[in-house]
Amino acid sequence: MSNELKVPTMAELFAEGKQPEVLFWVGCAGSFDDRAKKITKAFVKILNKANVSFAVLGTEESCTGDPAKRAGNEFLFQMQAVTNIEVMNAYEVKKVVTACPHCFNTIKNEYPGLGGNYEVVHHTQFLKDLLSEGRITMEGGQYKGKRITFHDPCYLGRANGVYEAPRDLIRKLDAELVEMKNCKKKGLCCGAGGAQMFKEPENGNKDVNVERTEQALGTKPEIIAAGCPFCNTMMTDGVKSKEKEGEVEVLDIAELIANAEDL
Amino acid sequence: MDYLPNIIFLLVLVAGIGFFAKNVKALSRNIKLGKDVDVSDNKPQRWKNMARIALGQTKMVVRPVAGILHIVVYVGFIIINIEVLEIILDGLLGTHRIFAPLGVVYDVLIGSFEILAFLVIVSVVIFWVRRNVIKIQRFLKPEMKGWPKKDGNLILYIEFVLMTLFLTMNAADFQLQTIDALHYVKAGSFPVSQFIAPIFSGMSEASLIVVERSAWWLHIIGILLFLNYLYYSKHLHILLAFPNTYYGKVKPKGQLDNLEAVTAEVKMMMDPDVDPFAAPAEGADEAAEPDKFGASDVTDLNWVQLLNSYTCTECGRCTSECPANQTGKLLSPRKIMMDTRDRLQEVGNNIDKNKGEFVADGKQLLGDYITEEELWACTSCNACTEACPVSIDPLSIIMDMRRYLVMEQSAAPSDLNNMMGNIENNGAPWPFNQMDRLNWKNES
Repeated sequence: MSNELKVPTMAELFAEGKQPEVLFWVGCAGSFDDRAKKITKAFVKILNKANVSFAVLGTEESCTGDPAKRAGNEFLFQMQAVTNIEVMNAYEVKKVVTACPHCFNTIKNEYPGLGGNYEVVHHTQFLKDLLSEGRITMEGGQYKGKRITFHDPCYLGRANGVYEAPRDLIRKLDAELVEMKNCKKKGLCCGAGGAQMFKEPENGNKDVNVERTEQALGTKPEIIAAGCPFCNTMMTDGVKSKEKEGEVEVLDIAELIANAEDL
Repeated sequence: MDYLPNIIFLLVLVAGIGFFAKNVKALSRNIKLGKDVDVSDNKPQRWKNMARIALGQTKMVVRPVAGILHIVVYVGFIIINIEVLEIILDGLLGTHRIFAPLGVVYDVLIGSFEILAFLVIVSVVIFWVRRNVIKIQRFLKPEMKGWPKKDGNLILYIEFVLMTLFLTMNAADFQLQTIDALHYVKAGSFPVSQFIAPIFSGMSEASLIVVERSAWWLHIIGILLFLNYLYYSKHLHILLAFPNTYYGKVKPKGQLDNLEAVTAEVKMMMDPDVDPFAAPAEGADEAAEPDKFGASDVTDLNWVQLLNSYTCTECGRCTSECPANQTGKLLSPRKIMMDTRDRLQEVGNNIDKNKGEFVADGKQLLGDYITEEELWACTSCNACTEACPVSIDPLSIIMDMRRYLVMEQSAAPSDLNNMMGNIENNGAPWPFNQMDRLNWKNES
């Protein structure tokens, strides 16, 4: 595998007088979390392969403010939002793609009220569009016939009604898509949303991610597919707690596609 | 003397409806204790939601057993109102079966009322078994002890009695019609009550009239009492489900509102041209500045949230879908709604007792009803709002109360304070340097 990722920043392109087709919003998890960085790179590899003109903000990107807002800190959220909007508006950003449903939801739904109006898509929607435009081609590869179950991220699914794009991509891998007891509108949270990722859970019988992992394992999958870096962490932890890490892999849709194409 | 029954009927009717009107006024006053909120947007979508969700019961059938039984009772309720209209006209005018001249149509109407009444009885019995015999989890949660449980059963008993009275009345009428009793016109068809009628065979005409009149009076008085019971009961949803689905959230579920007062302040902080020491423009800021951020009591919530609380039917579909509740945590979205309604009722009663003024009672929604532990257990996943059959949004109340805890009291769990500190200092919820954001590009 080559390490040479082409990742232009908005600042570089701007200096050259260029405007990319789309801004790739990496997000904090995608930038700093070791597991999520792999998702980021997988997505970039696909973008590179498809010759998509994109750019990232790099050091000019900051937290969207989602966890602060959901924790109740509206001040901090709006400070973050207004700062990010100023940066994006300065670069005349039109379209944003992100692999994080929390960034997706916030930029899509909460930034317009503060002056940030962009077309925002989740990376699974973007990949599906690339596919239907013929800009990428996909074959099953190593996932042909494998049992894959998809965990709906709340902030992609229920929050914004995106259920089919990730599923269509899994089907394109010629994989066997198996649904959990709770899926789509009735999906069960991974336990990380609403700023829960950053605190200990309240007392209860078990952790939400364990409950959700049990549902996923109930489908006897070879792979649990996710579309959110936080879901990915929670499900990976769940699989570990069930000592199934040797049998079941947790992978992002972008990773599935990148792996299938040997990128 | 001939007009005595008519006069008594009129008095009963006026008293029943009058008392109901008084309660509706109290209800509307309480709901208006909430903050104003603009819900004038998306009118076509709102009408569509009301038609689909409240009238069409689309969300009820997500759980087919309860859903279909509910539709039977709901249709029975709506259709039987036509019968109630006849009863009221008969009562006022001293007539009997005033719609009888409709002929075959009338036969079909009465026949279908009877079948529906019978189906309602069957549904009510199954509902009762579900609540009291089969141990369905969502009816056994801690918030369902005491009045909420009793209320649920009382509604079933009342419906059972009302339907039985209706069928008894028809059965006696059927007998009276067969013996050609004066005043009892031959009208209607009795597919169900004809099987009850044999109980009365052999009774004298006078006794039959007593049975028929008693059932008639008890039926209409029962309906009026039931109407007035609504205000004290979760059964209020039969009225409020309609406005509630109309005013329900039409934005994407993931979208939380941006607090405008905060926006004003943030804009000022970010604007280099603002003179921080300038005196505020005359009266300008006072209107924009709220007395507090977020909500600690019901009067800090908006009126749609308060309407939500009165509309809650305590069915518990929200709680049974809630991931926090499913994993044994204290949070129950249903309890959030019930607490909000109970506190609002308490505030309303306080105002009534004190001649229209609220006198501080040392209590509030936060702490006395809803604990911080419940609020912090929410993952904001929207399972509760998706599950609610009448578009209630418990999440918005949870978020408003978190805002109060964080912005007014700085009372977030310490882990969250760390997270927020990191965002403030490094632009990420973790303690990483913003300058390292692109390091992943060169890492293998």
